[in-house]
This record gives sequence, C-alpha cells and structure tokens, in this order.
Amino acid sequence: MSTLSIEHLSIGLPQGADRAFAVEDVSFAIEKGEILCVVGESGSGKSMTANALMGLLPPGVTVKSGRALFESRDILRLPEAEKQALRGARIAMIFQEPMTALNPLMRIGEQIAEVFAAHDRFSQQERRDKALNLVREVGLPDPEKIIRAYPFQLSGGQRQRAMIAMALALEPKLLIADEPTTALDVTTQAQILKLILDLRDRRGMAVMFITHDFGVVAEIADQVIVMREGRVVERGIAAKVLTDPQHDYTRRLLDAIPTGKLPPARAPREVPALEIKGLRKVYRTGGGFFRPVREVRAVDDVSLTVGRGEVLGLVGESGSGKSTLGRTAVRLVTPDGGQVLVGGSDLAALSEEELRKQRHKVQMVFQDPYASLNPRQRIMGALTDGPITKGVPKAQAQARAKELLEIVGLGADAASRFPHEFSGGQRQRIGIARALAMDPELIIADEAVSALDVSIQAQVLDLLRDLRERFELSILFITHDLRVAAQLCDRIAVMKKGKLVEIGTVHDIFLNPQQEYTRQLLAAVPGAGWAKAGAA
Amino acid sequence: MWKRFSSNIGAMLGVVLLLAVIAVAIFAPIIFSHTPWQMVQRPFLTPFTMDGLPLGTDTLGRDVASQLAYGARVSLLVGLVSTLVALLIGVPLGALAGFYGNWVDEGAMRFTEFFQTIPNFALAIVLVAIFEPTLASITIAIAIVSWPPVARLVRAEVMSVRKREFVDAARLAGLSRPRILLTQVLPNTVSPIIVMASLMVATAILLESSLSFLGLGDPNAMSWGYMIGAARTVIRSAWWLSFFPGIAIVLTVLALNLIGEGLNDALNPHLSRKGKA
Repeated sequence: MSTLSIEHLSIGLPQGADRAFAVEDVSFAIEKGEILCVVGESGSGKSMTANALMGLLPPGVTVKSGRALFESRDILRLPEAEKQALRGARIAMIFQEPMTALNPLMRIGEQIAEVFAAHDRFSQQERRDKALNLVREVGLPDPEKIIRAYPFQLSGGQRQRAMIAMALALEPKLLIADEPTTALDVTTQAQILKLILDLRDRRGMAVMFITHDFGVVAEIADQVIVMREGRVVERGIAAKVLTDPQHDYTRRLLDAIPTGKLPPARAPREVPALEIKGLRKVYRTGGGFFRPVREVRAVDDVSLTVGRGEVLGLVGESGSGKSTLGRTAVRLVTPDGGQVLVGGSDLAALSEEELRKQRHKVQMVFQDPYASLNPRQRIMGALTDGPITKGVPKAQAQARAKELLEIVGLGADAASRFPHEFSGGQRQRIGIARALAMDPELIIADEAVSALDVSIQAQVLDLLRDLRERFELSILFITHDLRVAAQLCDRIAVMKKGKLVEIGTVHDIFLNPQQEYTRQLLAAVPGAGWAKAGAA
Repeated sequence: MWKRFSSNIGAMLGVVLLLAVIAVAIFAPIIFSHTPWQMVQRPFLTPFTMDGLPLGTDTLGRDVASQLAYGARVSLLVGLVSTLVALLIGVPLGALAGFYGNWVDEGAMRFTEFFQTIPNFALAIVLVAIFEPTLASITIAIAIVSWPPVARLVRAEVMSVRKREFVDAARLAGLSRPRILLTQVLPNTVSPIIVMASLMVATAILLESSLSFLGLGDPNAMSWGYMIGAARTVIRSAWWLSFFPGIAIVLTVLALNLIGEGLNDALNPHLSRKGKA
C-alpha cells in the first residue's frame, strides 16, 4: 500500500484570484522509500498541494474535493487536534528558507527537543540525547557545540540541516520538502540533496520533494509529476520523463534549462571596455572598547578586464564578493583601493559631482525585478530620467525609450503604464531597456535572471544574447549559476572569498578547469551527470 | 484603492460622520440666526422643551446647539491646520535624517528626542501660556508638540525605501541626491504619512479641547472644550451643557479614527502577492 495517495484533489482559490482552482483534480501516490518530485514554475500549485496536506492553507483557500489517504485515513478531513498530532510525528515538512522557519531566539538543541515536548515524548534528559544524535545524523559539524548555537550563528546549509533534524525527530513516514535547496549555494545544495538521499535509504521514508529545478530532479527523483496551472501535465519514472518527455510543456521546461552544452566560442576581444586593477573593498563591522573590529575582505586585490563586445561571467557562491565587485564597478560602493577604468577615466577616483556626469558609462541590471522599479513612477519616467539628466532633449529621450521598449519585446505602449502591471520577466526587460537607454559602454547584470522561472529565464537570456550581437554590448554578467553563465558568456571568472580563483574562456573553464575549487563547483551543479549524458 | 476603502463599513461610517460635522461647521451662520455668544432665552433651559432651541440654553441663556455648531469650526480648523504645520516640520526633518544618515541623522534625531522627552500636554500648556491664547498660537503650540512622531515615521520609511534597488538605479541614472529624495523616495512614503495624519487630526482636536477646558483657549472663539469647562461647575444640575459637546468630541474623534484605520487597510494591504506558488 502507498504511504500517501492523493485522489482527485482540488483546492479552491478565493474569488477574484486569477483562476478558480489553485490545484485541480490532482492524483498521485508515493510509495514507502520513494522520492516523488513535484516540478512546476511559480503559480503551478505545487506548494499549495503540500500545504493542504499539512493543513497549512492560507485563509480563503479551501479544499474543494478529493481525498488524501495516509495510513488509511483521509488527512484532509481530520479534526484539527488529530491533524496536529499527525504533523511532525507522522508527516514532517521542511521549508525553503531555514532562517525564517527556525525560531531565532532558541538554541538549536532546544528547538529539536521541543518537537519531542510538543508530542509529549521522553524525559528531559532523553530529549537532549536524542537531539544530539539527530544533529550527528544530519552531519552537522561539532554536534556538542551546535546544539548550543543560535540559528544566526549557523550558515544557510547548516540551518537547513538543523531543520531536517527537527523534521526527522519523530521518525515520520512522510517528509515533505518544499524547495529546500533553492536558497542555498550549489555546493551546499549538493550536500543537502545527498543527505536527503542517505536518510531515505537509512530510514525508508517517503519523500515528496517540491522543486522548480529539473537538475535537482535528475539528482534525486524516483518518480516525477509535472504541474502547470494547478493540473498535472505529466507523470512517470524520473529517468523516463527526463529523457523522453511526452507533454509539450515538459519538453519546453527541459529545453529551457541551461545545460552544460556550450555555444560555439567567439573571437576574443582586444579593446577593453572595463579594466579593474587591484580592486579592494573591506567591510568592517563591530568594534568597541573590548571587541576587535571584524574585517571582511569582500573584494581582495582583484584585477580583470572586460573586452568591448565581450560578455564576462563572474561566478561564485554567496559571500564570494561577486556582487560587491559589480557594485564597486558602477561605484555604488566606493572601493578602498584599486582602479576601475572605463573609457580612460578611473571611476573609483572621481568626486561625487564628476561621477554623476560619468554615471551613464556603466549601467546595471538588478536582481529583483520587483524592487528595481519605482512603483510610483511610470515606465516612461524610469527610462527617460537618466538620458534627460545627461542632456538629451526630452522628445528625443522619449522616442528612444519607446524604441527600446520595442527592442526588448514589450511594445511602445508599455511606456505609459506602472510597474505593477508587469510580470517579473517583463520587468526585467524594462530593467534592461533602462540600462540601454543610457548608451553605456558597459552593462553589469547582477543575478539578472536568478529570480525568474526557467522558461522566463530562457527568454531573457535569449534577449540578452540577441542584444549582445546587435549592439556589440560589453557585459559583466554576475551569477551563481554556472549553467546560466555557460549560455551567455565568452569568458568566465570564478571568485571565492573575495579572490579571483580562475579566469578563462567558457570552454577552458568547463572542459579543462585548472583549479580545485572550479572543479568542485562544476561537480556540484545539480543534474551535471544527466546533462553531460544528454549532450553526448 | 478607493474600492478597498469604500468596502470598509467602519471607514464609510467615519466619512459620513465627518462630512456631517464639516457641513454643520460650514453652514452654522445659515442654520442659526444668532451667534453663540448671544443670550436668547432664560438660562438653564432643558433640551427638547422649546422650539428653536433643541439643546436648551447654558448658564447665561445662550443657545447650546449654536455653540456646538460654531465649536465644530474651531475644532476642525485647529485640528487640520496644526496637523499640516506638524507635517511641514516633521516630513522634511525625517526625510533628511533618513536619507542622508550620519551626522544629519544624529542631529535631527537628537533634536526630535529633545521634544519627545517633554510631556506633550505640559509643553502645549506652557507654549500657550507664554503666547497670548489665540487660535493661531494654540494651533502652533499643538503643531510643535505633535511633529516628532511624524519625523520618526518618515525617517524610518525613508531609510527602508532608500535601500531598494530602484534608488540605486536612479543614482546610476545620474540623478542628484536631492532629486532622488524628492522624486523617487518620498512618493513611496506617502501612504503611512496619510494614515498618520488622519489620526493626528483627531489627537489635535482632543488637545485643543483639553486646552480650552483648562481655560487656555481663545476667549473669542467658542469651542467644545470651553463649553465643557464652563459647564463643569453645574454638571449635576445641568447635565446637557457638558454632555452634548462631549458627544460631539467623541463622534468627531471616532470618525477620524475610523477613517484613519480604513485608510491604513486600503493603503497598506497586508495581502502579499508573493508565496502563491
């Protein structure tokens, strides 16, 4: 018998939502010891399904019909008290953002012990011992110390391990994991995925794993279901779905994934658009009468060049200093030392007033499409403010803005609208148009596609590639995702802890990495093996 | 936004009440042929006993209904103007402090704290006592004691908005800092300011009433607080003299609070659009 079997589940959305059902007529089953991946883009209803199982639906959202049989009981219809007894004990859940899911004021050990307390198991001492064992089992370093640590003292990956320890505390039969690795670095993600696989083997629990990333699916899934707008569009054994997708949507999703397949190399560029020489930026925090100042070398003596018409990818994990480097290059952050040479002038050395006149030379495309446009300003304003300040006549700036909106594929009538009328992908196009409006010598794209769904991501990457050819753009493309970098860049620079580890053409980096760290990064990319098999 | 506001029954009730008070204030000279200072009948006339004087007369034989209507003018005027003045002081100060940070912030905030450490009402009394108690001086005094919270709110809002990426984008566009503050940052802080302002009008009305109750009101203006203050000694024999102005204050303040709350719900909906995966 299946551990969990869902039959014809429909979840209704409140009136006025963009569709009537969050989830419509969804059925699937998870066997003991099996990992089922639920894949879909944002808004596909994959998280709603999980929330319904846990009884965590937001207000206004209700289960309309269907059953979810777990241990031969319909858990959707249980009274609240029994649901509560089930949660944690028989079904456990881990979330995307471990920092917000952990209580910041409680030590890790206490939080794990609290799970036992909530279900009234064991004595104080036993609870503490069990917590220690769990911490050991999920592979946290130095368990005795970790159980006395607060969440903020742990790294993202360690926090997720702590969450998993809590989830495993009462030996649940079913683990629901909602995008548990999305907020983590690739190397950490690889470790967490391996941990989940190990635990599944050791404990034989069923896992429902929600993700948007087919790379992750390739790593761990036994079974896959693909959801779109609340419906299941494809289901099957993982290997089969990945290699031989039946539904058109699955095929498109798979095509949209940036693979390790490398585009043909372009000729190297000689004339530099940006030269960074010996750049340094140190952040100092804390420091008082008794405490030494803590120094973080965000960028530590980095030198690199971006040629005219070249796309240089800057890759690194979080905290590697890649974003600081980007922000220093546009002088949103003033460096402590070194030079940023653009078109002959050193941006790092200019005074505030001179800098304002030179600002247009380097422009930036930001990460968060929802924060990078002023919600109270029309698109036209966002696109013309800069050029008009630069001295372009208003009429000409507006004509150019409309033209650019056409170029990025939005149409000139977008100019008179407000940002909230656009989707994330469309906003990112506006961000690109805004950068182009200044006729910059260099564009810095800071994680410009990271916040987007894969299919949207592919479209924006296509746009960037197209623009690169049409306008001979020079781009410094900052990303944590090697697969994305491979798609667009001519050369790739790898950063680690503020230092430049390796720099070379895409082919060199991917096929013949010189540094150990680069090799680790490449190996950690989810679905690396599968992608290679697909490319061959 | 208007749709969300109008679907809030409490807020609409507040609007209706406030409009009624405003109408009475505006049309007071038309409704009543006599000024609130004129003696029209014998003193202590109980309410509902004589046509034309529905709320009776006061200790000197003056029409209570007319006094209420003229009192509404004073209350609303003082409430609105003092709030405007408080915004004029608080918004720029808070915006500068939040946007420029460092020593500007330090200076502005220490200055604000200086005002916050003195109890509001005590400071208002002292200010009115120093100046002549006129409508203008009362308004100014109320404004001076009520701007610090505005400054703090605006500072906090500006600090959070200025870290958003669109502000970075504006810097990259070469806009000057004052222009970024005015065109990019401040427009994104209006909603909480509007909400706070609507509640401040209510507080200002209460402050004015308290001042007049203590006899620190403008002797040439009839106000609700003055009426209650004057009726204090006869509260056991002539209840209506303090009861009706009291009701007027309660209803007006309630109306403004309802509106403020409605605005808060309409302008800052907590229904986030995220997390709908």
